[in-house]
Amino acid sequence: MKKYFLLRVMNIIITLFIIATATFFLMKQLPGSPFDEERLSNLSDDQRIEFLSRYGLDQPLSQQYIIYMKNLVTGDFGESFYFKGQEVADLIKHRIGPSALLGAQAVVLGITIGIVLGIIAAFRHNTIWDFSTMFIAVIGVSVPNFVFAALLQYYVGLKLGLLPVAFWESYSSSIMPTIALSLMVIALIARFTRNEMLEVLQQDYIITARAKGVPQFKVIYKHAIRNALIPVLTILGPIVVSLLTGSLVIENIFGVPGIGSLFVDSIKVNDYTTIMGLTLFYSAFFVLTMLIIDLLYGVIDPRIRINGAKE
Amino acid sequence: MKEVRFVDALLEVNNLSVSFSTYAGKVQAVRGVNLFLKKGETLAIVGESGSGKSVTSKTIMNLLPKRSAQIEEGEILFEGKDLTKYSEKQMDKIRGSEISMIFQDPMTALNPTMTIGKQIAESILSHEKTSKKEAMQKAIALVKLVGIPNAEGRVNQYPHQFSGGMRQRVVIAIALACNPKVLIADEPTTALDVTIQAQILDLMKVIQQKMGTSIIIITHDLGVVANMADRVAVMYAGKIVETGKVDEIFYNPQHPYTWGLLGSMPNMETRGELVAIPGTPPDMLHPPKGDPFAERNEQALKIDFLREPPMFKLTETHFAATWLLHGKAPVVERPVKMQKGHLQTRKLQNANELQVRQLEPLVQIKNLKKYFSVGKNEVLKAVDNISIDIMRGETLGLVGESGCGKSTLGRTLMKLYEATDGEVFYRQELVHGKKKASQMKDFNRKVQMIFQDPYASLNPRKTVSDIIAEGIDIHGLAKTKEERRQKVYHLLEVVGLNRSHASRYPHEFSGGQRQRIGIARALAVEPEFIIADEPISALDVSIQAQVVNLMKKLQKEHDLTYLFIAHDLSMVKHISDRVGVMYLGNMVELASSDDLYNDPLHPYTQALLSAVPVPDPMREKSRNRIVLKGELPSPSTPPSGCRFRTRCPYALDSCAKEVPLWRELKKNHWAACHILK
Repeated sequence: MKKYFLLRVMNIIITLFIIATATFFLMKQLPGSPFDEERLSNLSDDQRIEFLSRYGLDQPLSQQYIIYMKNLVTGDFGESFYFKGQEVADLIKHRIGPSALLGAQAVVLGITIGIVLGIIAAFRHNTIWDFSTMFIAVIGVSVPNFVFAALLQYYVGLKLGLLPVAFWESYSSSIMPTIALSLMVIALIARFTRNEMLEVLQQDYIITARAKGVPQFKVIYKHAIRNALIPVLTILGPIVVSLLTGSLVIENIFGVPGIGSLFVDSIKVNDYTTIMGLTLFYSAFFVLTMLIIDLLYGVIDPRIRINGAKE
Repeated sequence: MKEVRFVDALLEVNNLSVSFSTYAGKVQAVRGVNLFLKKGETLAIVGESGSGKSVTSKTIMNLLPKRSAQIEEGEILFEGKDLTKYSEKQMDKIRGSEISMIFQDPMTALNPTMTIGKQIAESILSHEKTSKKEAMQKAIALVKLVGIPNAEGRVNQYPHQFSGGMRQRVVIAIALACNPKVLIADEPTTALDVTIQAQILDLMKVIQQKMGTSIIIITHDLGVVANMADRVAVMYAGKIVETGKVDEIFYNPQHPYTWGLLGSMPNMETRGELVAIPGTPPDMLHPPKGDPFAERNEQALKIDFLREPPMFKLTETHFAATWLLHGKAPVVERPVKMQKGHLQTRKLQNANELQVRQLEPLVQIKNLKKYFSVGKNEVLKAVDNISIDIMRGETLGLVGESGCGKSTLGRTLMKLYEATDGEVFYRQELVHGKKKASQMKDFNRKVQMIFQDPYASLNPRKTVSDIIAEGIDIHGLAKTKEERRQKVYHLLEVVGLNRSHASRYPHEFSGGQRQRIGIARALAVEPEFIIADEPISALDVSIQAQVVNLMKKLQKEHDLTYLFIAHDLSMVKHISDRVGVMYLGNMVELASSDDLYNDPLHPYTQALLSAVPVPDPMREKSRNRIVLKGELPSPSTPPSGCRFRTRCPYALDSCAKEVPLWRELKKNHWAACHILK
């Protein structure tokens, strides 16, 4: 188990290294920069050299890369090109709060509702319950979340005036973005849980449990759910990704001062260091989530746990 | 039979009919079944798949899917009370405590995410008011009762840490947890190896004696019936066609279907063609009007097609539903007769002195090894040091329990696997190693395979004609489209199908028909050598006989050589000229099939032969079984020296030290064992 864990961590480090390298060079390939020739041409030569050297841009590319990587190891993402005098790490630190809140709420809400809907649909297979749940699921997957967000803003925010339309003022500001974000999660999880439950309910061990005289509710709750959730874990990875990308759009629509909107803003103004910092941050978050999911497998499925423990 | 009331019956099923609603219509799975079960007795329900035997048992337990299954009529009386009128809640009290069930496949019958102790205790906790701790104590006692060593430790383990046989013991422990009055065992040993089957059947008998449980055993294996049953009910197309004491059914069967069933299962002495039942069971969407078996009965009377026969009473216990028992019926000779204890001690006469010896070897295997690496530093020795010759025109049978490497051997011969070491010669030419493409193509044409699962081995998106002709196309055996079509038609006719089947898809066929398509595909490229890997084990008994007869016929006509891999000893014995017995990757004995049966030398072969239940109740009840201890060791860490020594009743200290030599102990009779001189 220990060995497995260490191997995984090694893997993560290598992955992140490759991502950092790739983004660094890709970023350099991008046309345009915060210091376009036109804008710098207004400056005198001295000023220009001083300016470039301040950001290390006068060095050859290989040298820039080495410096960048060295800084990365110490947790230094560099200084933002756009927000003058601000470290990227600090930028992320300041803006992470709202994003984390939205993400966590969307995950919890999405997974809970998704699983419950999926179980109901499976248990009431081929009834109105099943059909309506699956209808919601199809809508959730096919309607883009920004459309749904706009609808929420119009009806719930403007027409009914129940919740603030945008901006980050109080906790109630987080409700609509959370709902908009979690729709996709609900849809994906509900569909998947339903299918897995249907499959599990057909299994022989469910009949064994019923033949023991275990009441039906208990059969579902003690035997079916756990087994049905093992495969559901596999789609949590893609779901986290969808939440990340979803948050880029949603945060902008609702005016949430999170890292999603920071990312979009920094792309608009070619803020290299911030883009790279956020890309790495997102990547690290993603690979760590995958690690946690893989470890969760072991908790929920004894077949995996025991095999790992043997070593 | 209706008018006879069984006062002392514990369980009584009266005129039960069950149907399933499907998109195609109503499937009448059970049609008017009458059964009873007395205290302490064992009733066997025999029949092929689709005969309604499992549905009947699940209806008793009320375990059928509610949405699609309905009880049309009838009652199920348990201690005088009608279970069909019970609510789900009331049934929860009966299930597991009064009536419990053992299922066919122990690999899937247990919840993989729950420890076995909890799964057993759950049954106790559902019915008795005890603490969790006490329930666990009881679970440990039950685990001991069903013969699992180290019970205290093992209750905390999960199902995947147990072998198939051990899991079935756990399933039995769950079923016995509340000391039920009735135990329904639905094909309890079908998924197990013969030596493990013998253990489980013994266990069920011991428990019945200890606890006085009444058992309903559902099976298609007449050997198991002969071994276990007091009474037998034969089911066909949702009806009971014959019922009686076990001796009455085996020695004086009356219904033509029972005749067919008994005739199509080879015992160790059957020679020549098996008595196959032609055709397939009827479609239960539209069950036939008269005797449901009439269509497959070559001697059916006119009235069989028109009116359903009533149950004729032969003795107080023996009833059969066939018009043959009517006073005006003609006398029809039973095709195969069995006398009491016929199989008891007789040695086979004129054991065919093997002619294959004079033939040239087609395949020569020399010290063949096939290892797989599983994980780090662990090697699974699937096939280890096997040397045999396969003669031209013979059928070599290969038997052994699951995991013994028989399938791997077959695949390595075909070069589906590259050998780890050793040589295989096909017509004196080396098979393994680098080969020219043209050589390989020629070899691939000459050696064909028939697979176990006729459902999985045919591409569902191709027509039968394309499936069969694929090999013809690859090897360019047909020059024109017309020739290709004619070849396919011819092949279909050869395997007993007809031309109109060519344009259909595999799902439109039954298992037996699909296996025929599989055989036609193999024959299409005019092969010399066919490796048949468990070709009949997925089929029903009566269909097995059809396929085996077909294979024998084709062998004569096309001068084929077979390697017939199976775990069913009696079928292998029947079809093969010589039989090789494998254990944990080693060949332990090889002899002509009669020799092997008359005079098995290796202790493993002896145990294997003694474990096979024979469809003869007298013999089954009198004979002494060599029940092997324990389980098959893991092939990745086999025992040192002789691999069989851990389960061998005669093992000596020296067996652990040296690997026994593969020796010709008698003429043409090879074995590898230290204790044989």
